[in-house]
Amino acid sequence: MGIAQNWRLRSQRYGLVGEVCDDCGEKIFPPRDVCPYCTQPAQTPFQFSGRGEVFSHTTIYNPPTGYEEFVPYTVALVKLEEGPLVTAQLTDVDPEEVNIGQPVEMVTRKIREDGPEGLIMYGYKFRPRLQEV
Amino acid sequence: MNHTKDGSVLNSLMRPSTPVGIVGYGAYVPRYRLPATEVARVWRGGEGGLPVTEKAVPGPDEDTLTIALEAARNALARAQIDPHLIGAVWVGSESHPYAVKPTSTIVAEAIGATPHTEAADWQFACKAGTETIQAGMGFVASGMARYALGIGADTAQGRPGDALEYTAAAGGAAYLIGPVDQSLAVFEASFSYVTDTPDFWRRPYMHYPSHGQRFTGEPAYFHHVTSAGKHLMEQMGRTAADFSYVVVHQPNAKFPQRAAKMLGFKPEQWAVGLLCPVVGNTYAGASMLGLAAILDQAQPGDTILAISFGSGAGSDAFALRVTELITERQGLAPKTADYVARRTVIDYATYVRYRKKLSMQ
Repeated sequence: MGIAQNWRLRSQRYGLVGEVCDDCGEKIFPPRDVCPYCTQPAQTPFQFSGRGEVFSHTTIYNPPTGYEEFVPYTVALVKLEEGPLVTAQLTDVDPEEVNIGQPVEMVTRKIREDGPEGLIMYGYKFRPRLQEV
Repeated sequence: MNHTKDGSVLNSLMRPSTPVGIVGYGAYVPRYRLPATEVARVWRGGEGGLPVTEKAVPGPDEDTLTIALEAARNALARAQIDPHLIGAVWVGSESHPYAVKPTSTIVAEAIGATPHTEAADWQFACKAGTETIQAGMGFVASGMARYALGIGADTAQGRPGDALEYTAAAGGAAYLIGPVDQSLAVFEASFSYVTDTPDFWRRPYMHYPSHGQRFTGEPAYFHHVTSAGKHLMEQMGRTAADFSYVVVHQPNAKFPQRAAKMLGFKPEQWAVGLLCPVVGNTYAGASMLGLAAILDQAQPGDTILAISFGSGAGSDAFALRVTELITERQGLAPKTADYVARRTVIDYATYVRYRKKLSMQ
């Protein structure tokens, strides 16, 4: 992902900022300016709580370039409390500790580095909720 | 007592003309722990004394920014304020992820404080964090900002096999400074004691720091910590007995206990804030993390003395009085003890991988 693209997405990547539809009230992530539920314009920013649960998960042993240092890591579909389903890495958890329905919370972590001289990309991941550990 | 050139007694207490305090605070400690016995096993044949029980190690996707950010979010969760009202976001560290590019702008963006805010990265070895608090006191008291966020965070590195490898750890804490009527603890006074004392340093482009072995003790750590504490108490007309708690910078388990004892404190006053034995030396986060552990348990009316130390060298001291608001804010974010209790022990090999001590090139 290029510098400009990563920069444009920083609000949603750092803090899970999506949108709320002023028409039907649905919460939207990632933000797309049009409500996928009622097709009306939806541009009001909405800060998600970051809480959700694991909907499904898989463990990656053969990663794409740039993610080698994290192997093995778990990627999950996380059902947010407010509704949307988000794909994200899990962190601070061993693959065998992950379960469907497990409560998780959003944290901002290093996603990848663009080599030793390039930018460090930060973004949301999910970890087991601290109170549940 | 220090004197000016004309011989008069110098009162160098830092006391803002408008009282300010801590509106919110937050801690963070990574999940992984390296037992000191692992370092001894690999480098000392399992022999020799251990300066701590274990130290906190950051995961492969953690750095000073991610630590600072989680601590900041916890501080905001306790403060319950609109982040757009934060007029300064300052991060003190000796392990900023970039040599050139601020950590503080990423924190400010992620917590929603941008763009109408000041942001900067601070540096002074292990006291880089408390400097941001002192500056925040001035910023808020002068009316230049409604709130200022001061953070100390580090992912410290020790050279493999060096004495520092037992203790160099990761963690941090954040403090939101604001008006006294919203504060869970009020700053009664602050004091700084600084000299040019070369006990520990790292040159540009070097991965690991160097240090002056035993020189780091008496002329550096003990002189600055006890001088800062002594002058603060003397100029306030206080003694150790006037404080409920004390926390001092903690590079190992022994130093802070000895320094606190030299200042007249008793074990029951320093026990709560002494985290180094179980999390290691979190550098710019160390005294601030200990203060967070104290605030997690403090009651209204309690008094706290906090003293940082940064090599090079200097100490910042703070006298705090806890207010009635502490009770309702303590439970609004994870406590320091929650992070300390969340621990996964790793061996030296995993530590080497996570801390990138193995070159793959």
